[in-house]
Amino acid sequence: MIDHPVTAVPVEAEIETFGALVDKEPQKPPRSQWKDVWDQFRKHKGAMFGGGFLVFITLAVVLGPWLWDVDPKGLDIRNKNWRPIYTLMWDDSVRAGWAHPFGTDQLGRDILAQMIAGGRVSMAVGWLAMVLALVIGTAIGVLAGYFKRLDFWLMRFTDLVLSLPILPLVLLAVTLFRQPLNSRFGPEGGMFILIVSVIGLTSWMQTARIVRGDILALKEREFILAARSIGTTSAKIIRRHLLPNVISPIMVSATLGLATAIITESALSFLGVGFPSDYPTWGKLLADAVPRMQDYPERVLLPGIAISLTVLGVNYLGDGLRDALDPRIRGR
Amino acid sequence: MLTFTIRRLLLSIPTLLFISFIIFGLLQLAPGDPMAQVPLTVPPEVKQKMREALGLGAPWYVQYWKWLIQFFWIEPQVFIDYLTNRSTLLGWLPDTSLYNDELRVISWQTRSPVMDIVAQRMPQTLWVVGLSYLVGIVIAIPIGIYSAYRHYSVFDQAGTFITMVGFSIPPFFTGPLLIVIFSVSLGWLPSIYDTTHVVTDWASFKVQFFQMIMPVMVLALQTTAQISRYMRGAMLDNLNQDYVRTARAKGLREGVVVMVHVLRNSMIPVVTVIALGMPAIFGGAIITENVFKVNGIGQLLLTALFANDLPMVMTLTFIFAILIVLFNLIADILYGLLDPRIRYD
Repeated sequence: MIDHPVTAVPVEAEIETFGALVDKEPQKPPRSQWKDVWDQFRKHKGAMFGGGFLVFITLAVVLGPWLWDVDPKGLDIRNKNWRPIYTLMWDDSVRAGWAHPFGTDQLGRDILAQMIAGGRVSMAVGWLAMVLALVIGTAIGVLAGYFKRLDFWLMRFTDLVLSLPILPLVLLAVTLFRQPLNSRFGPEGGMFILIVSVIGLTSWMQTARIVRGDILALKEREFILAARSIGTTSAKIIRRHLLPNVISPIMVSATLGLATAIITESALSFLGVGFPSDYPTWGKLLADAVPRMQDYPERVLLPGIAISLTVLGVNYLGDGLRDALDPRIRGR
Repeated sequence: MLTFTIRRLLLSIPTLLFISFIIFGLLQLAPGDPMAQVPLTVPPEVKQKMREALGLGAPWYVQYWKWLIQFFWIEPQVFIDYLTNRSTLLGWLPDTSLYNDELRVISWQTRSPVMDIVAQRMPQTLWVVGLSYLVGIVIAIPIGIYSAYRHYSVFDQAGTFITMVGFSIPPFFTGPLLIVIFSVSLGWLPSIYDTTHVVTDWASFKVQFFQMIMPVMVLALQTTAQISRYMRGAMLDNLNQDYVRTARAKGLREGVVVMVHVLRNSMIPVVTVIALGMPAIFGGAIITENVFKVNGIGQLLLTALFANDLPMVMTLTFIFAILIVLFNLIADILYGLLDPRIRYD
């Protein structure tokens, strides 16, 4: 039998007397900020739905062409004007079937394949335009907030751009610059570059304003003073200390930017100034279906629902993110 | 306040000049050729002459300067002449004849002055846009108030969800959707807005009313969604303030507390949002006008763009810019007038 260490007993007894000091439950591992954010985010049902739908639609349009292996541009004039599969439920006489679950259009192109291809373009335009707007907005916001000399002029510039009539100008730019870009990058590539850059260049202003405001407040805090006092360069302060602290407003405006970019692209396609006519995007599919919507309302409904649900999902995601990233709301 | 207004007015002049320069620069850089529609049999030297007749031979700064003169000096003269000579509102003033046949901004499509066409198209846009904005505000404010007052209730949840949906569905989808439901399936409403319709009696007023319902509601949905969200947020901010507790403690009725004390304070940001949203609704009208075939200024801009009618495009885009700058100014001034805590001087 081994003797217990004698010293251990009195210490435990002493602790026993200060019972209040002993933790009732085992200590939890420290929680990171992002885990808190995730917990708060999970409570927001709309945001979970929105985020889930965004992931679903992104996966669907990215992986779709492998799962549904039909050429979206393939003409099949004998099988034109199929109705979607669900019309069979109330009407047996229509032409519909599992060969084309969403039906075919007036040239016999499969609508499901077109929706997938169109979604790819719409989502790609949305994401890229949003990233472009974020990069410009964050850069201008950080520069204006951090460097006092640039602040006045950059913010006047932002105000000026904010008072530009955006939709008319976007229409203008897209119609007028279609030709030269098309001849250089091909009709689809040229239009893609044009639309992404036009949307990106006209939607960075809100991000810039928000980021500037946050940077102005952060700049006066002690940790920036400390960083500067040990000789950190401005570039490093911005990269290492300021940008991680403004990531939450940037993420929230990113969701708003994605929603607006998708809507603007669809609106352009709808007005007939977007992508070339045989190149499907959601807005284009909707616009092409409008003349025949009396006979085939589903061709308007399907792309319209896709656009609306995606934008709704993104907006809810933004709402949830705003709540989750705000430390004052978190934990309530 | 007055000095602030004057300063803002003066500041908006360089802003407008800058915007007009950007629009002009875009149009100059663009490669579109207004002679593209002219038949190929016309020899090139004649085409060159035609181009010069349109003022395209001159260097860009001359073109820009001429446009500025035409828009800011000659067109106002025409407008003042119209006001004093023919309008019913100011016709009693002595007739002026400021305008004596200088060249106005001429549309390349119709060869008539751009502003005359704009004046013809403006009433349709104003009717649809203005009415939809009013309808939107009238629906949005009670929804916002009640949602905030009964925070987390079923009404609030439903209201928030519906406004979120209204916020997310683009007008180019709601338009065709409403047409499919109400014109095609039910046959209640006409799908096309007939602008030649004249209201003379009750029956024709009913026709006008029915054809206005859909375009107005499509635009109003967007307005309602946006404004009721702001209204709800502003009410929520104010309902927890100390002065509300004070008002209740001194025995005011609940109706007075909410509808007078809280509502008046919450309206301050909402009124600014209403003013700021006005130009955006004009932009949205471009799409709605296209869906319902309203021949307003949005539709005019689209046709002018497709026809390469540069003076028309330039002028219309600039009118949109003036609207934005004007309503920004109105919002700033309203903010200062309504909120005594804000002093600009």
